[in-house]
Amino acid sequence: MTKARIDARFAALRAEGRAAFVAYVMAGDPDADTALQILKGLPAAGADIIELGFPFSDPMAEGPPIQRAAQRALARGMTLKGTLDLARAFRDGDQDTPIILMGYTNPLVTWGYDAFARDAAAAGIDGMIVVDLPPEESDPLADALDAAHLSLIRLATPTTDDRRLPVVLRRTSGFVYYVSVAGVTGVKEADARTVAPHVERVRAASQLPVAVGFGIRTPERAAAIARVADAVVVGSALVDEVAGAVDMNEDVTARVLRKVASLAKAVRFARQGLAAV
Amino acid sequence: MNLPAKPNDYSAYPDAHGRFGDYGGQYVPETLMPLVHDLDAAYLAAKADPAFQAELDGFLTHYVGRPSPLYFAERLTRHFGGAKIYFKREELNHTGSHKINNCMGQILLAMRMGKTRIIAETGAGQHGVATATVCARFGLPCVVYMGAVDVERQKPNVFRMNLLGAEVRPVTSGSATLKDAMNEALRDWVTNVHDTYYLIGTAAGMHPYPEMVRDFQSVIGRETRDQILAAEGRLPDAVVACVGGGSNAIGIFHPFLNDAGVKLIGVEAAGEGMDTGRHAAAINGGRPGVLHGNMTYLLQDAAGQITEAHSISAGLDYPGIGPEHSWLHDVGRASYLTATDTESLEAFKLCAELEGILPAIESAHALARLGDVARDVGQDGIVVLNLSGRGDKDVATVAAYLGREV
Repeated sequence: MTKARIDARFAALRAEGRAAFVAYVMAGDPDADTALQILKGLPAAGADIIELGFPFSDPMAEGPPIQRAAQRALARGMTLKGTLDLARAFRDGDQDTPIILMGYTNPLVTWGYDAFARDAAAAGIDGMIVVDLPPEESDPLADALDAAHLSLIRLATPTTDDRRLPVVLRRTSGFVYYVSVAGVTGVKEADARTVAPHVERVRAASQLPVAVGFGIRTPERAAAIARVADAVVVGSALVDEVAGAVDMNEDVTARVLRKVASLAKAVRFARQGLAAV
Repeated sequence: MNLPAKPNDYSAYPDAHGRFGDYGGQYVPETLMPLVHDLDAAYLAAKADPAFQAELDGFLTHYVGRPSPLYFAERLTRHFGGAKIYFKREELNHTGSHKINNCMGQILLAMRMGKTRIIAETGAGQHGVATATVCARFGLPCVVYMGAVDVERQKPNVFRMNLLGAEVRPVTSGSATLKDAMNEALRDWVTNVHDTYYLIGTAAGMHPYPEMVRDFQSVIGRETRDQILAAEGRLPDAVVACVGGGSNAIGIFHPFLNDAGVKLIGVEAAGEGMDTGRHAAAINGGRPGVLHGNMTYLLQDAAGQITEAHSISAGLDYPGIGPEHSWLHDVGRASYLTATDTESLEAFKLCAELEGILPAIESAHALARLGDVARDVGQDGIVVLNLSGRGDKDVATVAAYLGREV
């Protein structure tokens, strides 16, 4: 499984002629039970791949929505171990949807890379994105993930020029995550016309699918990105639904999954030229 | 754990990967990596350029007021009854602390790189004031990130920064103190990569900052070396400095690293006491991890979440420490003691009463261990203490401790 699960999912979507919709959920936000309900509902709501955030106290590349999500999760006692427990509980009922963990280095250092990679694979994780671990620092983690057959998914950004791109792509597997804006998550808006040539640039340098994320909040924008990329990642907009539902005392799971469904539908039909929403 | 081997040349670090042994490195988001490499290359070129060094020296002499004196603290020497005590008077620099040494170096580098906007983080406000000062001097716009809690407890410094034309942005995320201000500055940098220079105030963060800030602060140790040789004809037996991020300490330590006879002693903030858990002593109370771009000793919980630091001194109130200190600790070249809030305030009073100098509460942490060090070294010995900042900014804090209104 693991790497194979990501590759199989992209192969199936390629056959369907559409992009993947990737939904980001923060583990333990607003609490562990609700987060598990959301996770379990994601595939039926149209998420093709799940990015599962593990909270960190000092998330330096996140905008306010994901910062606050991490604080809500930490306040309820969520940990990296708790995150693996959620993944395991999800995996019991779903063998096909890839789960990518996303977060920061320090909790991984605390666990130990080799032990963590083994435990993550056993919990049904397929790959990892570590925001503050650039190629210069990631060989030890890449070795550990290789041994456990997990993908290391690296970020390429608007500042990653052609000279540096091969450095980023080396040891990347599963897919490449293109960060659509220079900035933190959930603040600036991604523009499909600006992003398209960069996606082509990454595709030209690698055989891997290219996912685009950071700054995609609406079905319209998700559809536009889905026409130029292999996958569309939405995080802050979903996390905002959690916050909004908590504030309004609404059903958090239902509200998040409604949003997922509208975004997933837009991505699903983007290349058919249908009005998606 | 095996102790790392002792190197032959302690001053030859960091290595080509920005590492001091296991510590340091470049743990930053991809968006910043190309900039960090550019900065590294620009700094190496500037360091090798005699014109850059000459320009910096000129400003250090005529604007900062260097060299700072090395002063024989005669009454404190008699009071402790041990080694001869000298103060390196960094509090006499323009803006009142050692912070300006680094700011002057980095702003010249920023201009050399063609950057047009400066951002910085600050805790007590000393680095913020020093950054605002050099930005005013060279006409560059300046944004200073400061934890909302610190904005409240350091109001005079906020106003000083405003007078110097800087915009102070209070940071309410996380614990609203220095570490959060640093997170927010990094978020600004990642968003404004094209024109913005991040002027980090301590010898921490991602490579090349720990090396660069150390180099700019090493003027303290180089002067001290010349001055003590002129005054006493020999090197000191011990050098003492307070350590938060550790820029004043590494600045005075570095030129003595290969002098085996010179003990190097850092003093961390023990806050309300090491056993209370409410302290800011990363080496004495933390373990290695990754934060703000570098691997170093950090205050953190069992799951790897960074915990809040506690110190009466806003300038030491940080859960990490510069990576070179982590390494000097592990290889045993420097030792790291602690001083509590109360001990530091008592040392503040003693220094004021016996030497007529109000030290910064940060520097008072070093003063709090000075008696122990002086007695340990003994009457034939010499101890130099880095008096890194002046305490005018702290009189309200000290008054509150003494139960007095000002």
